Formats: sequence, structure tokens, C-alpha cells
Amino acid sequence: MKPFAYHQPNQVPDAAKLLTSIEDSKLVAGGMTLIPTLKQRLASPVALVDLSKLPNLKGITDDGATISIGAMTPHAVVAASKLVQAKIPGLAALASMIGDPAVRSRGTIGGSVANNDPAADYPAGVLGLGATIVTSAREIAADKFFLGLFETALEPGEIITAIRFPVPLKAGYAKFKAPASRYALVGVFAAKFADGVRVAVTGAGSGVFRVPPMEAALSQHFDPSAVAAIKIDTDGLTSDIHAEADYRAHLVTVMAKRAVDAALS
Amino acid sequence: MQISFTLNGRPTTVDVEPATHVAELLREQLNLTGTHIGCDTSQCGACVVHLDGLPVKSCTLLAPALDGATLLTVEGLQGAPGSNRMHPMQEAFREHHGLQCGFCTPGMLMTAVALATEKPALTEADVRHGLEGNICRCTGYQNIVVSVLAGAAAMNAAKGE
Repeated sequence: MKPFAYHQPNQVPDAAKLLTSIEDSKLVAGGMTLIPTLKQRLASPVALVDLSKLPNLKGITDDGATISIGAMTPHAVVAASKLVQAKIPGLAALASMIGDPAVRSRGTIGGSVANNDPAADYPAGVLGLGATIVTSAREIAADKFFLGLFETALEPGEIITAIRFPVPLKAGYAKFKAPASRYALVGVFAAKFADGVRVAVTGAGSGVFRVPPMEAALSQHFDPSAVAAIKIDTDGLTSDIHAEADYRAHLVTVMAKRAVDAALS
Repeated sequence: MQISFTLNGRPTTVDVEPATHVAELLREQLNLTGTHIGCDTSQCGACVVHLDGLPVKSCTLLAPALDGATLLTVEGLQGAPGSNRMHPMQEAFREHHGLQCGFCTPGMLMTAVALATEKPALTEADVRHGLEGNICRCTGYQNIVVSVLAGAAAMNAAKGE
């Protein structure tokens, strides 16, 4: 790692100010992506702004029709939360599948969502549930937040403070892991609400996306059989050393069936 | 920068460059070489330590994150006070031949102790899932799983005494 200055502000506005006033500064939450990136010198910021001392960014609150998860809440806490397990078990299951126990101790929901890795798990849950990303400046709907490969709607100096999830009738997540990294080769989140079904896919392309034909079919009949015959186009899907685009397309259908199955069980 | 934390039960204050990871700090500055660096990319788990009771990969933890925290490394594992014995998990690894070259063992032990502490009645499936972030290139894992199950049972029994 190249040397950097380290700041631990105590208030969100102070953190935002540091981030905008120091050129080439970066936020660090759990560091599960940033620290390996620094070690490989893929990034060499002059300063890190650590979010761990900011108040009210950790924890899960029940707001009735929604639950809010603080941006600095680690995956292990979401996975073990009785509240999340009771209200959105599919989301608790998703959190329990991220990385390994040590990664889940440190990695945070805010960090994962802000990073928007094309194979990360949380973006599928956030988009699949139609969550709202609450920042230091505003609230952003998931549909307008994820803009493609590592890109989000966040402005410079804007900090995620929480993610607010609407409670679905049913929801499930299934992923086919890349065995070494445990990232999603393909992951599918399916959520059933009173007014319809949302299906979000991670791992398959350059960023998380929805599958309208599956959503329409599942809105008619929320059962794995409803999506069994729906194939997605390979255009825009990733081909790499781990899998070709047509294999990823095939996995989207398989994982969608399993996600619906998980939601129903 | 100066950071203060509790290291294996002892208050510790060190001057450290912020761009230092904890495994490096432990090995190079504090001479605690029980924590191993295998891959240095957060994959292999040889560097697992407990930060405030939770297993973390110390190669992917910046030293400033230690300030005010409690850190336990493999050197801090110990048997019952006054018994002059190793920690029950270490005893189980010895008893069940849960290692060959031993390089991954510190991380295996720390992950195993965290697993057994979090969930007292571990199943074999729990252990295999829980060891997902720890890689061993010698054993094929079979004896490690046996050791963790035995160590967890011994930890439970010790708690009951």
C-alpha cells in the first residue's frame, strides 16, 4: 500500500466535507474491497475517510411497512438479525451467503451498495426489493441508483447512511458461486409484493438488472414453473474465464427458479 | 499515528503508519508471528484473528481500525487458567491430526474458536460452511473438520464445569 492520511470524522457532514475538500480521498467502510484494491495498487488515494466513528450508521430498525439497515451494518449482523429473518428472510439469507465468516464480520451493506461490484450480492437484494438508498443529501430509488459497472448515482461527497427496504409478501435469493471468490457467477433475487413481482440479477452482466418477462410471469403465478421456460438474451452478458455468456444466461433461469423456490419455502 | 488497543488481554499502544495492515503490524512491529500471511489477498484465512470477538482477516484490516478495540491472536488462546494446557481447540487439532504443514493452522484455530463460540451445537455442515474462508493445501480438510467438532465439544464441556 502507498502511504495515505487517515481521518476518522465524528459527524456525517464532516466526512462529506473531507471527501470533497481532499482531492483523491476515498471513503472506507468495512474495507473488504478497498483494502485489497489498495494492496494491489489499483487505487492509491492520498487520504482515507473512515466511516466507523459516525453515529447512527449501524443497526436495523423496524419502521412497520419497511425496515431500515444502517449503512455501516456488517453482513453478519443482517444475517443473524431476528427482525430481518422474520420480515425479509430472503435478505437475511442473502447476507449469510456473502464471502466467508471473516468477510461478513467486516463488510457492510453501505460499502457493498456504494461499490456496486457487478457480482456483489446486495445490489440484487436492493434492486429486487425496490429499496430506497438514503444518503447524506437525499433519497434515491434503487431503480435510479445502479448505473452499471462500479457506477452509482452517488455524487462526489455524498455518503450512504441507510438502506430502506419495503417488506415483501415473499422474497428469496439464490446464487451460483464462483468457487474461489464466492462472488455470484449469477445471483437472482425475486420478491413478491401485493402489486407485483420484482426480479433482479447480479453477476451476469456489467451491473445488476431486472428481468421484466420473469416479473410479468411471476406476477401471474408465483411459482418456479412460471420462469422455467424464460430464457434471457446473451447480449450484454459477461463472458470470462469463469463462464461464457450463454452459460450465465442459462444460470439466470435456473437461479430464478431456485430464488422463487426459496421464497416459497 | 498512535493507536491503543487491548492485545491478548494486555493494553497496547503503538505508533503505526495508517497504510499498515494488522497482520503486518503483528508480525513486524509486535513480533507476534503466530498470525500467518498466506495469500495476502483475503482468500486463504491463515491470518484470521478476533477483533472485538469476531473473526476477521488481519491482512485486510487497517491498523487504525484497532484503536479502542480488543484483539485476540492465536498467541492469546489458552487452556484453563493454571492448567498449563493448550486451548481445547488446539488440543483437539493435536489429538485428531488436524494439520500437516501447519501453515494454515493459526487461522483455522481462530475461525474454529469463533464458530464454536457463536454456535455451541455445531454440525459437520456448519463446520464445513464456516471454514469456507480458510484454505488448507495439505489435509483435504477431513481431519480439520473432525478436530473442530471435537474442539467445540471440549469447549462446551469446559464451559459446563
